[in-house]
Parts: sequence; structure tokens; C-alpha cells
Amino acid sequence: MGRFWSILFFLVPILAIATLVMANFGIAPLETARLPRSFSMAGDTIDQLFNGIHLLSALILSGTVLSLGWALWKFDHRRNDNPKARYFTHNTRLEIVWTIIPAFILVFLAFFQMKSWSENKMDRPTLTVNGQSVPVPPIVMVKAKRFGWEFHYAGDDGIVDTQDDIYIENQLVLPVGEDIVLQLESRDVIHSFYVPELRLKQDIVPGMTQFAWFHSREAGDIEIMCTELCGWGHYIMKADLKLVDRSTYDLWLAEQKSPYTPEFKSNPEVAAAENARYTESDARLERSAQAGNDLAENSIE
Amino acid sequence: MAEATVDNLSKHPRTGNPVSRFVFTYVFATDHKIIGLQFLFSSMIWFFVGGFLALAVRWQLAWPWSDMPIFGHLLFADTGGQMSPNFYTMLFTMHASIMIFFVIIPILAGGFGNYLIPLMIGAEDMAFPRVNMMSYWFMWPAFGFIILSFFLPEYGPAAGWTSYPPLSVLNGGAQTLWLMAMVCVGISSMLGAINYLTTIIQMRAPGMTMFRLPMTIWGMFITAIMQAFALPVLTAALLMQLSDRILFTGFFLPENVSINNGVAASGGGQALLWQHLFWFYSHPAVYIMILPAMGMVSDIVSCFSRKPLFGYRPMVYSITAIAGLGFIVWGHHMFISGMNHTLAMSFMVSTMLIALPSGVKVFNWIGTLWGGKLHLTTPMLFCIGFVSMFVIGGLSGIVMSAPPVDIVVHDTYYIVAHLHYVLFASSVLGVFGALYFWFPKMFGRMMNEPLGKIHFLLTFIFLNGTFFPMHFLSRMPRRVADPYIYDGLKDLLPLNQFMTICAFAMGAAQIIFLLNFFGSLWFGPKAGRNPWNSNTLEWTVPSPPPHGNFEVQPIVRRGPYEYSHPDVEEDFCPQTKNDV
Ligand code: HEM
Ligand SMILES: [Cu+2]
Ligand SMILES: [Cu+2]
Repeated sequence: MGRFWSILFFLVPILAIATLVMANFGIAPLETARLPRSFSMAGDTIDQLFNGIHLLSALILSGTVLSLGWALWKFDHRRNDNPKARYFTHNTRLEIVWTIIPAFILVFLAFFQMKSWSENKMDRPTLTVNGQSVPVPPIVMVKAKRFGWEFHYAGDDGIVDTQDDIYIENQLVLPVGEDIVLQLESRDVIHSFYVPELRLKQDIVPGMTQFAWFHSREAGDIEIMCTELCGWGHYIMKADLKLVDRSTYDLWLAEQKSPYTPEFKSNPEVAAAENARYTESDARLERSAQAGNDLAENSIE
Repeated sequence: MAEATVDNLSKHPRTGNPVSRFVFTYVFATDHKIIGLQFLFSSMIWFFVGGFLALAVRWQLAWPWSDMPIFGHLLFADTGGQMSPNFYTMLFTMHASIMIFFVIIPILAGGFGNYLIPLMIGAEDMAFPRVNMMSYWFMWPAFGFIILSFFLPEYGPAAGWTSYPPLSVLNGGAQTLWLMAMVCVGISSMLGAINYLTTIIQMRAPGMTMFRLPMTIWGMFITAIMQAFALPVLTAALLMQLSDRILFTGFFLPENVSINNGVAASGGGQALLWQHLFWFYSHPAVYIMILPAMGMVSDIVSCFSRKPLFGYRPMVYSITAIAGLGFIVWGHHMFISGMNHTLAMSFMVSTMLIALPSGVKVFNWIGTLWGGKLHLTTPMLFCIGFVSMFVIGGLSGIVMSAPPVDIVVHDTYYIVAHLHYVLFASSVLGVFGALYFWFPKMFGRMMNEPLGKIHFLLTFIFLNGTFFPMHFLSRMPRRVADPYIYDGLKDLLPLNQFMTICAFAMGAAQIIFLLNFFGSLWFGPKAGRNPWNSNTLEWTVPSPPPHGNFEVQPIVRRGPYEYSHPDVEEDFCPQTKNDV
């Protein structure tokens, strides 16, 4: 039986690596399982890191689990002729080796990825204005709310969150080939802005203003997903993202004067029923919260 | 329990009435073994409840909005058996809450901890038997609150097991019950933790030095330290959220939160504060959920390799390091949360460091197998399964600890893959291994080996079928009732159906376990004191051990891993044996 079990454990790294390769290189039946192609340079770097660490992991997985399987193969008591197991308790040198080598690999990894992180999250792109470099201003303010997305484009003044903003729901159109900065805010609970193709994700926390940026080199119709649980309708919280060239974008923006009506693409009956239920309980909460406010105000007086 | 010792009589007011005798022995029990079994059985029941919730989640992901088998028509008669999105939200919230707080933590620390600590250190009971009883009884209000919450109109708590405010503060009343339940579980664990620490420090048998303790005890000891330090923080956070909900304070509510276009909250607080407090507990908690299993696996692997545990001291140092580092890595759950992005770098470094002691443990387990005379019994197979699966879970941990990579994988099915490899494929396999191993001690009978092996084989295959494909799904957000709303995810339907079928098969395989467990309870062959020829103290007493545990005071003469010592005739050498 020892052989049977060791084959079972041999299969673990073999199948793990086989399926990872299939998913990565688009081989059936896992051809659809991978991440979509990246649309940006920063995304490519993330992919390289992702694949690099997975490659390393695959090596470590094979090393450890194959030796585990080999131990079962070789040392099963029925096949091991020695009357007793070999008696040894420890080997300090070995312990040091298998602590230090992974430590070096990890330190290397840690430093290696810092650049990508700062590109993506810390160093907001800049422009040069009058010889001075200033951060790129946000082109659109994203207001997340249960269960949809508002996009407030800067109007003629070029500043978001002002009177002349152009307001659109659940559809975002942005130009390709330039640095885009988004201002992210939430109206109610925590949401998260995720665009797989752009390798862009940022939680949107009420009470905080945050910025996210990307630089897409490809045009296309993709989707924005909400990746933070925000209530029963979390799953319908999607928006379309159209990446177009600059001239198409300018034309499109010029046309956007009329308000846009959002449409929910979920099962309409379920959504309606759920909405009714929730409006009711939300109203109750509002009342009780209002009571709390009154309480607080009274106590101040 | 058959032997009535003087001790037994003095502790329990015995009346002739068999009913009150039963109540005093099994319900108001102060004996650590009975309390251990109470934890064990209640966790097993909740394990099946949590399992059903998970299958319902999987059902929805494979056949969204279709008639749920059996339960659909009972619960959703008006929609023809189709579950509602809020029901789905409740399902995954309660699946995780139950599995974490009602199953894994109580079965490891409460069940095995209680049962094994006094037996393995040579004590007659815990230091504080009544505190111990209270620790179990604090689980029951929690059970009550959670059961009650299922009957509220919103079906149950539905803010995720992480309960991030403001959502959790604004949700319906079930969330209040959830919070109260968690406070009770926390108190239960804290009471347990003080008891374990005192017992392990104060009540070891003569000769049982700290470095002669079996790894199981080390795992429990370090776990208890983590619980003692981390739980007060969680409890405080839970009470703060509770007061945000019912006293209208605003710890976690920022200014101007609006729901349905009305201002809904008092404001002035910080939504991220909860996440810091929660993860300050819950990252240590993930180790609370695996260190005891790691300890038990170490003992079982050494026993069935008939060989000393390789690198006992490095094993002890590594769990200590895991516990220490475990307190400074919580930010890895918050890379994308809006927390200061520079801070992410330091959490990345500490998280990568924690992979080192985890690696050391794996290498030492393989070192233990190497050159042994392996007996591949059911408990041994589960433990080897644990080791191999922990490698996968640990490696995906390293992948996610790289913040740029975490941008992609955070809050997607990749996380779900990781946490199930460490919690199900590692901790739960470890628990099964430990159950098969200590069953003879607990109930005096052996479990059936062939059935156990089939149970292992099926569980192992189907768990990989269920969870491994999730590693490919870093574009599929988690906690989404109907992913196929997104055009980009429509092609994932067949893969999700495959995973669901595997999950149902895995669930079905547990029937074999139940048959084996309950069958063996009554019909298994009688086990002697030491059926596995193991070294540790619990195997020197009768199975099941009597009240008071040891007939004579055990004197410990050596460490727990003297298997196949060249100077000893047999291939094992109990810790108390004195003629060598
Ligand atoms: C090698 C050691 C480990 C590393 C480096 C590691 C790393 C991580 C990271 C970075 C995350 C956050 C991912 C995200 O949300 O974006 C995470 C999540 C998680 N880890 Fe680990 N982990 C390790 C071991 C463990 C162990 C041993 C357990 C439990 C027994 C565990 C349980 C979890 C759970 C439950 C989550 C998900 C929490 C949630 O969001 O619901 N991890 N891990
Ligand atoms: Cu959402
Ligand atoms: Cu963590």
C-alpha cells in the first residue's frame, strides 16, 4: 500500500503544476481560467511577479512534496528491511541551511517588488506645469454607493467635485495612452474598485478620499467589479469601462449633458423584492440612528 | 468513568438518582475529559451545519438562482425554490463564522486541548476545573444567539465573517446577535486559555521539563498565549461595534454616511479602525487555528515513523516565532484597504518572515519521515496529507504577501483557495488525524482502518478538486452571489460546476466518517492502553482514562520521542519507563 499512497502524493505537485501551466498558457479545459491579458505596463510587471513567485512556489512544492512521497515509497515498514528506524534527532547545520536559504530568497523578493508597489500605489504620476512637476489631477471622481457607481467628470473648470461636473452612472469612458488618475469616494459603506485587465484594485472607504491611477495602452470594453462586500446587491454592483482613444473620448464627453439612467442587469424580480425589504429595514435604521443623533444633540445642550 | 475513586466521590455530590448522576457527570462536568468531549461533540455537530451552508453556497455558484435541492422549497416556496441574494450573503457569512468560531477553534483548543493537556503532562485535571466548565458553558449562549439569528427576517447575519463596518453597523438585527455570540465565544476561549497556561506551567508531573513536553502541548501552550493576548482586543472591538449599533456611538462610522439618500449615522469615527482591531486578533487567530494541529501532527508523524521527531527544539522555536511574528503581520489583510501604502511595505516584510518558521516546520516533518519505518495508518495518512497541503497553503500565502500581487488577488477566489488550503486541507485534516489517533484513548475502542483509509482518500481527492481550481480565479471576486452578471466571468461556469460537484462528493465522503465513528463507538474492537506503541503519558493509563487520570504519580524520565533508540530493545520507550 505504501506505493499507492506515495503515488497519490507524487500526483499533488504533478497535477498542481500541470493545471497551473494549462491555465497560464490557455490549454483546454482550463483555457479560460486565467487572468485576462493585461492592458498596462504596470500590469505586466505585476504579472511577471505573479508568475515568477508561482514558478518559485512550483519548485518548492515539487521539492518538498516529491521528497515526502519518496519517503513513503522508500521507508514503508514493509519494504524497509532494517529491524528499526534509523535513530537521529536533529541536525543543526541543516536547520540553519533551510532557514538561511529561504530567508535570502524572501529578502530578495521583498526588495524586488517594492518598485512595482510604489509605481502602483505610492508615486502618483506627475505632469510638468511651468517647469514644475505637479500630480496629475483626477479626471473623474468615482462615487461608489449601494449598489452602483457614479462617475463625476470634471466639467469646463477641469476640477472634479464642483458644480459643473458631468454626472454619469455605471458607465465609465476613459482615454488610452495617458496617465489617468481617479478620485475614489464612497457614499455609504466600503466598496472596492477592481478592473482585472488593468490590475487595478482599491478599496473605497467612506470618509476617505483616495486616488488610483493607471496607464492603459489598449482600447477595449471591459468591466469594473466591486470586490468588497457591500450588502445583498454586492453582486450587481458592476459598471462598464470603455477605453477609447483621446479624440473619441473628447467627442463622447462633449455629448454627455443629459443625465444617464442606470439599469440593473440582475434578475429584476429578485432585485425588486429585495430592495423593498431593505428599504424597509434601512428606514428603520435611519430612524434609530436619527434618534441617536437627537440624543447626542440633547446631551450637548 | 467506571472506576469510582475517592476523588470522584468527593467532587460530585452523588445521589442515588441516575438522572441527576448523569447530569452531574456529563452536563455539569468538571472533569477535563468530559469537557473535552463536550467541545468535541458540539463542534462536530456544527461542522455538519457549516458544511451544509457551504454546499448551499456552492450550489448557487454552479446553478445560480435555480431550485435548491430539498431546502429550496422549504425556505423559498414563493420563488419556486430560488434563494435570494441576501440569503446567499447570510450563507457565506455564517459558513465562515461557524467553521472558525464554533468548529476549528473549539475543537482544537477546547476539545483536544482539554482532553490531552492534563493527560500528556501527567496531571490529574486542569488547574481550575470550574473555570473549565464555565468555558464550555459560555459556548451555549453563543450557540443560542446564532440559532436565534437564523430566524430573523434577514435570515441571519450577513456582513461576512470579517464584519466590516459601516455595512455591519447598518445591517439588520441579526448582526447584534452575531456580535453577542462572538463575545461569548471570546470569553470561552479566554477562560480556556488562562486555564491551559496555568495547568501547563504549574501542574507538570515530576521530571516533565518544558523541553520534554510533546509538541501537542507546545502547540496548545503557544496557542493559549496568543489567545490571552489577542482576544481582549477582539472583545473590545466587538463591544465597540455593538455600541455603535445599539447606543449610536460612532467608533467606526465616518461623517455623512448615507443610506437611501438619508444621513444614517452619527459619524466621527473611522471605518478602518475596525479592520486594524479585527485583524490584530484574527491574524493570530489563524495561527490559533493551526498551531495545535501542527503539534498533534508532529506527535503522530513521529509515532508512526517509529523515529524521533526531527529537530524538536527548532520545532518549538519555530512555533514560538510564528506566534511572535503573528502579532505584527495583520496589515497583510489590509494592503488594498486604504491603509497607508508605505506601511504595507513593513507588513510585507514581517509576513514574508513568518513563512520562514512555517517552512522550517515542513522540512522537519519530512526529516522525521526520512529513514523511518513508516506505518501508513489512517491517522498517519491524514497527517501526511496535512503536511503536503500546508505546503500549498503556505506558498500561496507568500504569493499574496507580495503587495503588488495582492492588488490582483485580494478579495478574489485566490484568497478562498489559500484559506481553505490552510484551514480545511491542513487544520481539518489534522483534526481528523488526531481523532483517528486518540479515538482509542477517548472511547476505548479502535476505529475501522479500511473505512478510515477510504475516507482519507476521498476527502483528499475531492478537497483538491474543490479548492485547487480556485487558484486560477483571481478575476472572480469572492462573496458574489451571481458572478455571471459579469460578461468577463461567464466562461467560468463549467469550472464552478466542477468544483461544486467535487464539494458535494467531499461532503458525501464524510458519511463514511460518521459511520466509522459511531460504528466504532459501539462495535469497534477493544483497545488496550497503548494500541499504537506510543511514548507519551496518556498511553500509560487505561482507555478511557478514569477520573483523576493516573493510578500512580507518573515520573517522567525522558523526552516524548525516543522511538527506535539503539539501546532499547523495543522500538519505543515510554516517557515513564525506568529500567533503561
Ligand atoms: C506561510 C504563512 C502564511 C502567509 C504568508 C499568509 C499570508 C496571507 C495573506 C497575505 C493574506 C491576505 C490576503 C488578502 O486578503 O489579500 C492571507 C489571508 C488569509 N489567511 Fe493566510 N498566510 C499564511 C498562513 C495562514 C495560515 C496557517 C492560516 C490558517 C490556518 C491562514 C489563514 C488565512 C485566512 C483565513 C485568510 C483570509 C481572511 C479573509 O479575508 O477572510 N493563513 N494570508
Ligand atoms: Cu460591493
Ligand atoms: Cu493573516
